Amino acid sequence: MNIVECVNVTKTYRQGKMEVRALGGVSLRIKKGGFVALAGPSGSGKTTLLNIIGGLDAADSGSVIVEGNVLDNMSQTELAQLRLRKIGFVFQSYNLIPVLSALENVEFVMLLQGVPTKERLDRARTILDDVGLEGLYDRRPAELSGGQQQRVAVARAIVSDPAIVLADEPTANLDSKTGRELLEMMGEMNEQKSVTFIFSTHDKMVMDHARRLVLIRDGLLADDQDRDP
Amino acid sequence: MASIDLKMAWRNVWRNPRRTMLTICAIAFACLLLVFMLSWQFGSYETMINSAVKIHTGHLQIQAEGYRDKNDIRLVVDDPAAIGRRLEALPRVDTYTFRADAFSLVSSKERTYGVLVIGIDPEREARTSTLSRSLQEGRYLEAGDADEALVGKLLAKNLRIVPGDELVLLGQGRDGSVAATVVRVKGIYASGQDDYDRSTIQIPLPYFQEVYAMGGSVHEVVVLGRTLKDVPVIKEAISEGLKSEDPESGLVVLDWMELMPGLVEAIQIDLYSGFIFYFLLIVVVAFSILNTFLMAILERKKEFGVIMAMGTTPGRLVRLLLLESSAMTLVGIFIGTLAGILVTWYYQVHGFHISGAADVLRQFGLPERIHPRLSAASILIGPAAVLIITGLTALYPALRVRRLRPVEAIAKG
Ligand SMILES: Nc1ncnc2c1ncn2[C@@H]1O[C@H](COP(=O)(O)OP(=O)(O)O)[C@@H](O)[C@H]1O
Ligand SMILES: [Mg+2]
Repeated sequence: MNIVECVNVTKTYRQGKMEVRALGGVSLRIKKGGFVALAGPSGSGKTTLLNIIGGLDAADSGSVIVEGNVLDNMSQTELAQLRLRKIGFVFQSYNLIPVLSALENVEFVMLLQGVPTKERLDRARTILDDVGLEGLYDRRPAELSGGQQQRVAVARAIVSDPAIVLADEPTANLDSKTGRELLEMMGEMNEQKSVTFIFSTHDKMVMDHARRLVLIRDGLLADDQDRDP
Repeated sequence: MASIDLKMAWRNVWRNPRRTMLTICAIAFACLLLVFMLSWQFGSYETMINSAVKIHTGHLQIQAEGYRDKNDIRLVVDDPAAIGRRLEALPRVDTYTFRADAFSLVSSKERTYGVLVIGIDPEREARTSTLSRSLQEGRYLEAGDADEALVGKLLAKNLRIVPGDELVLLGQGRDGSVAATVVRVKGIYASGQDDYDRSTIQIPLPYFQEVYAMGGSVHEVVVLGRTLKDVPVIKEAISEGLKSEDPESGLVVLDWMELMPGLVEAIQIDLYSGFIFYFLLIVVVAFSILNTFLMAILERKKEFGVIMAMGTTPGRLVRLLLLESSAMTLVGIFIGTLAGILVTWYYQVHGFHISGAADVLRQFGLPERIHPRLSAASILIGPAAVLIITGLTALYPALRVRRLRPVEAIAKG
């Protein structure tokens, strides 16, 4: 079963008279439970594609379907609700709400979903333990290392059992050891909880962790290979 | 459910403590000033009215219809004693007195002026007005006095007289006859109202009635209620009584507002100019809030982008921001109102000294020490206005966030 389906997605940015074609017709299917790397050099369109799949940005043409929901003509509020239920995001940096503790950051998503307080606390603690942050519940983002912050971000992204987690260069700001540990943790979550991960990268080490590698170049799919990590 | 929202709002309020403190101080200061100023205004009006009323006007007067405008000596209250009995029966009436007035020429050895000669009942007058207490030289009139007079201070100066000197009065009696007499100056008074002290002399009422052929009639029955608030009730009661007894009596009841339109006008002008100042004050505070929130929102675009990416609807984000602004303004309003009440209360007890008061106010005999007066209105009006205007101001930056697209917000860093 395909959890994400992109059909001929295009996107062109306009800045004054300048036009930049970011995506030139991308079609892509991703199966449930996948651990997919979107790889390509900087400027190739990875971020644009992830944003469109996540409903943060709209495609100029083509179609995007996430777990049966067609995103193409949704309003901002509908997209927000879809993101809330189906999609988790992990960005390169500044993922967390600075005034909330690690635990509260994770709780916040469940708060939006209306999960009762008790259950919210239990689930937030459990997931933080799962990503290796036991004992750090009450730390504010500023009191956590970069790697720990990204772990909180992953915990927050997967805590509400989304259909997919989109991670845009999640290791780009981490040293290679911390980056590898984060990816290994993501891999464990992918297997244990069968959450689908799509992450972008231009780092060879990160690509090696993926079980499917999709290569983008100049806004077009260049290669697509299944691999054994 | 709301607890994380509240925590978040409260912590965000304190992310930039200095900016927040400045804004809270601005709001608090505005509230403090408004509570004090409004209490001050309301308190000083009451003081002004009460002291003006006691110089000579009284809270209420019963006169013949048309007398106030024409001052015609023939427009009289025929049976003052009957009205006196009616007033005795009203519990809210504190005291009352009778007066008669006539314009006359008054001459000393050296000079002549046109003045208002007032016939007073010395004992009743002493209880009703401050006249007996405002004597500067000589002595006050007594019950048996006849051809003796009290003279206003500025008039005495103009006439170049001192107590013991003689004055010639020349006017017209009620019946059209010539009214002429010689009186001896017994005392000189300074009411505090220059106009009054420049143009009035007082003689005993029985003597006035004799000289001006008034019979038993008077021109004014002057009434003081127990408090200012009693005035409308007393007015109603007297009017009703007069009407039911004799619909054709030709008498009217005038309250202090009708008797002193100048005072009412002065109060209104003071109130309006106050409101203009308050409005400007609140606008300045509103701009400081607008600035704070616009800055905060510009700085936090990236954060809003992340929050929206997580699935927060634009409406929810607006609510979060309004929660922040409300937390901030409510703290400011609470502190300011509390401080305003305390400061005002202090001066309400101890009084506030004003030496350089405006001439307009002094003209109405305002005392040097004024007591602001706290009331529900003076406490609530200012802070409520601040709440409404700052609330509306905070709405604009919060609603601007609706236009923010998450992808743009995240891209900017
Ligand atoms: N907001 C934007 N305005 C204009 N051009 C943009 C914008 N965002 C991305 N681009 C351009 O689109 C192309 C693809 O960008 P992006 O998707 O960010 O690539 P990647 O994430 O692979 O580095 C690049 O050439 C980039 O310069
Ligand atoms: Mg990118």
